Amino acid sequence: MNGAPTDDARDVRTTAAALALGDDALILSHRLGEWAGHAPALEEEVALANIALDLLGQARILLSLAGDEDELAYLRDERHFRNLQLVEQPNGDFAHTIARQLYFSTYQLALYRQLVAGDSAFGALAAKAVKEVAYHQDHAEHWTLRLGDGTPESHRRMSRACETLWRFTGELFQPVEGLDIDWAALEEGWLTSVTDVLERATLGLPQGPRTGAWTAGAGRQGLHTEPFGPMIAEMQHLHRSHPGASW
Amino acid sequence: MVSATGSPAPPAGSTALEAELFRLAGAVPDPELPVLTLAELGVLRTVRVSAPGTVRVELTPTYTGCPAVEAMSSDIERVLRDRGMARVSVVKVLSPAWSTDDISAEGRRKLAASGIAPPRPHGPAEPVPLSLSIRCPHCGSTDTELLSRFSSTACKALRRCATCREPFDHFKEL
Repeated sequence: MNGAPTDDARDVRTTAAALALGDDALILSHRLGEWAGHAPALEEEVALANIALDLLGQARILLSLAGDEDELAYLRDERHFRNLQLVEQPNGDFAHTIARQLYFSTYQLALYRQLVAGDSAFGALAAKAVKEVAYHQDHAEHWTLRLGDGTPESHRRMSRACETLWRFTGELFQPVEGLDIDWAALEEGWLTSVTDVLERATLGLPQGPRTGAWTAGAGRQGLHTEPFGPMIAEMQHLHRSHPGASW
Repeated sequence: MVSATGSPAPPAGSTALEAELFRLAGAVPDPELPVLTLAELGVLRTVRVSAPGTVRVELTPTYTGCPAVEAMSSDIERVLRDRGMARVSVVKVLSPAWSTDDISAEGRRKLAASGIAPPRPHGPAEPVPLSLSIRCPHCGSTDTELLSRFSSTACKALRRCATCREPFDHFKEL
């Protein structure tokens, strides 16, 4: 970006970006894991757990680029997490989880595709992750079509979910320090893809604002929504209560 | 890594000892799909002896979050130590990314024989190929349908055969 950065400057940029991407994957993985024992069908129980596992694997590699993965996951306080507010939103009903998956997996797929092509510390991981995330996006797309173009009740719930989460999608395209990404192209591609899926699902694109003064880039700056605190309290409880525990 | 005939071989340039260690490590069964060896799965990349008794093994995960990698690593360490290597390090490498095309022909045959439909070869630039039919490993029918994109492990999808009505796992393309 600025000619030839020094090694130290490059490390700082890589660490910042690894935290942002790693926290997205870690937090969404934990949210999806909360479905264990609660999913509407056994197949979805398994699907959501498998998607969570893919994301956890990505998170481990990304956080390891920034430091000790366990310390970063379990010993940071809320204000030090750099994930998008979208991924920390509670699961809600199944439609809500699917809307969150559609918005995030479409974003992650396009972002990682750019990282594969670029010259960064993330190329190897991105090349691997795009193949996994393509299945996550496919899963979300098929459920969006099935629920949106399903019964009046499933249509109503899927529509409500897409509307409710819409305001968290502006943050996806706030530039992340350390990533050389064409953010405008990313956003354009995301909008095209999401619009296509929602229209085929008879839902249409939500009309509300995609950012507010209180959301723009806030998660990336360490400002999180109210449900995030209880979530990480549960996520970190075991490690904090029994440091170094293993089984 | 995998020759056209599908018999996994040590990388070119290996010494006789490295080739032997590669075969030993490659013969370790996959912890989750024990009908396959690690070499047949295509996850064993290199085995390098840097000093007497010191060996470094490069292993690549199938999926980024595959929990079997730790079991694979400890199994490899055990067989190589039994062969007299005092210092065995198994490192995880991501690049080039593993693909289901890395599964050998013998590996595919064993998957089908154990009731898991093997992955189809990749078309170019098609990460989720959904068009080609998948053959039922029980009765051979190609009239099968997708039940779920994710099955007992992340690497498999759950399908059902319309002819014999049996459900089966499909090792999906990656």
